[in-house]
Amino acid sequence: MSSAVYIVGLGVISSIGNNVEEHMAAFEREEAGMGEISKLDTIHKGELPVAEVKLTNDELIALTGLPENSSRTSLLSSVAAKQALDDAAIPALEQLRVGFVSANTVGGMDQSEDFFVDFLADNNKGKLRHVHEHECGSITEIVASQLGIHDIVTTISTACSSSANAIFHGARLIKNDLADVVIAGGADSLTKFTLNGFNTLMILDKEFCKPFDENRAGLNLGEGAGYLVLVSERVKHSLKKEAYCILSGYNNSNDAFHQTASSPDGTGSFMAMKGALAKAGLQPADISYINLHGTGTPNNDSAEGTAIKRVFDPYYPPMSSTKSYTGHTLGASGGIEAVFSVMAIKNQIIYPNLRFSTPISDLPFAPVTSFLKDQPVKHVLSNSFGFGGNCTSLIFSVA
Amino acid sequence: MKVYIRSAASISAQKTFKQAGFLNEVIEYTGTRLPVIEPDFKEYIDPKLIRRMSHVIKRGVAAASECLKEAEVDMPGAIITGTAFGCMEDTITFLTRIVEGNEEMLPPTAFIQSTHNTVAAQIALMLKCHAYNNTFVHKGVSFEHALLDAIMLLNEQEADNILVGGTEEMVDTSFKVLTRLGLYKRWPVSNLALMQTVSAGTIGGEGAAFFLLSDKADPANLAELSALKILFKPENIEQSIIALLKAHDLQPVDIDLLITGKNGDTRNDAIYQQVISAIFPEHPIANYKHLCGEYPVANSFGLWLAANILKNGSVPEVVLQRAAPNLKPKKILLYNHYQNKYHSLMLLDAV
Repeated sequence: MSSAVYIVGLGVISSIGNNVEEHMAAFEREEAGMGEISKLDTIHKGELPVAEVKLTNDELIALTGLPENSSRTSLLSSVAAKQALDDAAIPALEQLRVGFVSANTVGGMDQSEDFFVDFLADNNKGKLRHVHEHECGSITEIVASQLGIHDIVTTISTACSSSANAIFHGARLIKNDLADVVIAGGADSLTKFTLNGFNTLMILDKEFCKPFDENRAGLNLGEGAGYLVLVSERVKHSLKKEAYCILSGYNNSNDAFHQTASSPDGTGSFMAMKGALAKAGLQPADISYINLHGTGTPNNDSAEGTAIKRVFDPYYPPMSSTKSYTGHTLGASGGIEAVFSVMAIKNQIIYPNLRFSTPISDLPFAPVTSFLKDQPVKHVLSNSFGFGGNCTSLIFSVA
Repeated sequence: MKVYIRSAASISAQKTFKQAGFLNEVIEYTGTRLPVIEPDFKEYIDPKLIRRMSHVIKRGVAAASECLKEAEVDMPGAIITGTAFGCMEDTITFLTRIVEGNEEMLPPTAFIQSTHNTVAAQIALMLKCHAYNNTFVHKGVSFEHALLDAIMLLNEQEADNILVGGTEEMVDTSFKVLTRLGLYKRWPVSNLALMQTVSAGTIGGEGAAFFLLSDKADPANLAELSALKILFKPENIEQSIIALLKAHDLQPVDIDLLITGKNGDTRNDAIYQQVISAIFPEHPIANYKHLCGEYPVANSFGLWLAANILKNGSVPEVVLQRAAPNLKPKKILLYNHYQNKYHSLMLLDAV
């Protein structure tokens, strides 16, 4: 039960790149992925910036070999999961128990939206092929089938902490000796459903978001997918390559305060960070970098900041919100940011928090504002908090 | 480590919720969609909140509350739910407003409550429960994956008294779309004649069932959940069943009762028939989907049934397909599959 879980493969796609290398280059160039809406058909075009993956559905279909009319979420998931598995290059994979634990928040809603327009006009209309991927589980199933995985296949949906919980679950499947290898993470594409949903909550910034800034005004939505390949100690020893790092700590706690808002003292986030540190057997001062949830909404950053103060004061590690590059990719964010956390350890780097100018008045710390190389990064804390009070923190540590 | 079911609460098309009897008054419906008998939600939820909650949220919260009450547990050690479609009512409401209002003047409530984790979140909120909270959304094995997560938590000794539930709501839109996809029969049938009218399609259903799991023996426990196996596209289901039995030093003859997920659909039921002929040719057999309808987490009703059969030491007449004299099951195999893609096996023992 106490055996370590190693990370041996990474895959990611978001508005700032289609693979790990492109992401690392964008970080160093300090180039954000937000821009005017170009792919989503919505009245908010030109008014709300989003962080779109640069490839069109046709380009993603060509890249993945998935059928036409595939949900964009399946396409993004397929790209990143395949990358992660290729990167891991595990020999004789077919002889191992392999799991795929994937997360998303709205399944193939992009297709369901098309269906629904015709369906509402006439209940006997609407092409049924547009609802085949409506369920969150369909996205996972399509990609699992494409990757030839059938031992353990499951989907988690806990709003914006979804894919952090998928990684957490994947590690536990290995620790419980139910799997040898698990590809875990998540995907979400931009949809009218989520864009309008967040817009009704009035938490979308009309400018590029400014996480953890005193004058932050909301989040920008993004899209993408991020996956890790997790393996048991035994499998790790069979590999020719070195593991990137281990997943040393994790915790899932609930804020139990409000369906969408975070509690003022960040109870859920506090418990998640504390719990993950305890699980990893680390002290707050051991953390080299915090990849913040940092959506850029007044409420989230204030609650998360307060929780960080409660956990870390007086020692504050370098921290940043990479959502200042990728936007908030919802169910994919935990997976995407896990890839960034792992790469921070591998490359000994710390990512900047773009567009930061003024510290939050009642917080005694500020995020990192420039790309830092040659940093002693040993333990990275990655936060993912969501609607429904679902708070999850992961800790990645040098192997 | 052992896994016990301390309590079970089910809101379904039958009188299963807060009932003294055990399926002794069966409700007959005619149609292709079974409704749910709604409890008095005021007993569990603040009336001001009831109005804003969709059916799946109300039922989930009520079933979870009743489950905790029956277990005499105030605060669960974790809350885990399974649902394939999540909060359909709020999802459809918000989608409809987006289309009809052309993305303008949308109220946020439906969106806020549309996320799949809303039921687990609302239970946590009501209880002020800060513990582990998770939601599995994997089609016809969503509930089983929630159970698996709970079993792992018990095994890791991370939590005890784990609240696990399966919830699904059917709204007119989903019923219409699923009918067009060919899931249901083309003409109305009596649910009580479902197993005798095997033809294409089944009848739709919905419901909420919650269980409290613990690793502690207790005379009040309903049953022991001795094994859970979830299979995705198994090559040979008979072999998988034999392997599961073998892993627990069992032979088919050791199983006192097989409960299947038969739903009256020809192709669906052929799989069960094949398993029965191959492994359980003479065994007592029970079915339950004529009582609750087919839905992705219908097997949570199956588990409620199995746990109560073991606790009561008797099998209600209405579920029996093949009886046996003096049937008092001590060991049950609950076998369900969803569209022959996802299969699940549960072994349950009397305590």
